[in-house]
Amino acid sequence: MLRGKAWKFGNDVNTDEIIPARYLSLVEPLKLAEHVMEDADPGFPLKVQEGDIIVAGKNFGCGSSREHAPVAIKAAGVSCVIAHSFARIFFRNSFNMGLLIFESPSAADDISDGDMVEVDPEAGMIRNTTTGRTFTVAPIPPFMEELVRDGGLIEHIKNTAKS
Amino acid sequence: MGMTITEKIIAAHADLDEVTPGQLVDARIDLALANDITFPLAIKPFRDAGGQRVFDPEKVVVVLDHFNPAKDIDSAQMHAECRAFARETGLVHVFDVGTMGIEHVLLPEQGFVVPGDLVVGADSHTCTYGALAAFSTGVGSTDFAAAMLTGKCWFKVPESMRIELTGQPGPWVGGKDVILSIIGEIGVDGALYRAMEFCGEGVSRLGMADRFTITNMAIEAGAKNGIFPFDEQTEAYVKGHGQRPYVVHTPDPDARYVETLTLNLSSLEPVVALPFLPSNVRPVSEVKGMKVDQVVIGSCTNGRIEDLRIAAKVLKGKKVAKGIRLIVIPATPGVMLEAIAEGIVQEVIQAGGAVSTPTCGPCLGGYMGILARGERAVSTTNRNFVGRMGHSESEVVLASPAVAAATAVKGCLAHPEDVM
Repeated sequence: MLRGKAWKFGNDVNTDEIIPARYLSLVEPLKLAEHVMEDADPGFPLKVQEGDIIVAGKNFGCGSSREHAPVAIKAAGVSCVIAHSFARIFFRNSFNMGLLIFESPSAADDISDGDMVEVDPEAGMIRNTTTGRTFTVAPIPPFMEELVRDGGLIEHIKNTAKS
Repeated sequence: MGMTITEKIIAAHADLDEVTPGQLVDARIDLALANDITFPLAIKPFRDAGGQRVFDPEKVVVVLDHFNPAKDIDSAQMHAECRAFARETGLVHVFDVGTMGIEHVLLPEQGFVVPGDLVVGADSHTCTYGALAAFSTGVGSTDFAAAMLTGKCWFKVPESMRIELTGQPGPWVGGKDVILSIIGEIGVDGALYRAMEFCGEGVSRLGMADRFTITNMAIEAGAKNGIFPFDEQTEAYVKGHGQRPYVVHTPDPDARYVETLTLNLSSLEPVVALPFLPSNVRPVSEVKGMKVDQVVIGSCTNGRIEDLRIAAKVLKGKKVAKGIRLIVIPATPGVMLEAIAEGIVQEVIQAGGAVSTPTCGPCLGGYMGILARGERAVSTTNRNFVGRMGHSESEVVLASPAVAAATAVKGCLAHPEDVM
């Protein structure tokens, strides 16, 4: 079970806002985390706490293919991202490198900045403990469940090679 | 059941007779691409997976184009790591200072992509190669690492939407105006997860450079890929550049499209996308006169010789307005040489502009033209997000080379007719 405070963002949050290109000569995840979401909310890297949850509108992670974006979010301690919808490369990257993301328009609408949120990834349930409302997560294809179970694409490739 | 061009290419590479939208497939790739930003992040996953050598050195290309020649010590370190890892894994197609150009202009020019190919690239604008009737899409560094190790990549077969082009574009209307007009209509997620397949009589009235510009920005509508049908112009281009035999796929008459959009090219006028989304599109005629500090002509969207020719046509015999910084970046060494031979470089410099060696540079706020707080650029690049070209309180207006050049001359956002 994941539990954390929600940080609410709008629609079309792009990868330049998640991690501006001026930091792309950094490779170390913790260094990238020092600038996460900086151009959307300059104080975010200092305010975010271990386990917190990013909640956003439609098309989260649009723009560049930089994997630095999910890497920075994960390294900042964010436990998962809940959004109306995700841009496709960000969606893929998150599964491949092991950042938990959940598509749930109704949860994304209900959750306000600062709400406390619980997520049960196994059951596909999101609970806003501030409003008391519960939401289901859009199901993911079995192959992608396998990716998550294996711990990302690379572990999946290693497991497939073994069998 | 009939298939679209995208479905046919994916099926052929997954060794299946048929695929349907939503289906997950493991497909062979013809080419995998990475750049100096995304390649370093592929090193750890490649090693973690036990990787030592690349699956096929002929099918992997690395282009150090974003921050190269190195803009600072961090990027110099990053480039050094890229070079060492490329040697270690046996890569042969590595483009560095001197041979390096902007990847999505360089790869078609050097013949790395041919019709019918399936290409993945750790760069979101990899969708550019759809102009060659190939399936190509952007992925992250982990996907790239897996592809360079196994020669394969997993895909969810996208639904296709059809964009029917009719009519004939007017004198100052180019590929940039076409794609911006489409994104303005459908929004930045209007094609999310989809293939954008172009068709109709209007296709033949768009040259290859226009087509590359259009498919380049398919990602800006959220699309997985953009794709043009193969025709005489594609054939002529591949004849001049292609290195390999190719396969032509045509859509079946009963192929399924989730949506059809019609765009009359004759009705288009030069447009711009105002900050801070590529969908914030307005006709130039409605917003001209905006204050501008810098004009950038270049990038994987509009750094081809055809783009520079249009800019030179507008600039010829004129001067860049006082207070405007014009930066022109030919996309590849080949484009640079042509621009020199045709006198374009001379015209730009005589007009008071600067010409740079190929680099992605300012497009993503790397270097070679970063904006200060409160400054605004008119740029032929592809993204105008908050802080994209510099300070988080600077602005980027996306435009065609014609509008960008006219703006440089006029000193404020201008229509080409205002200065011709």
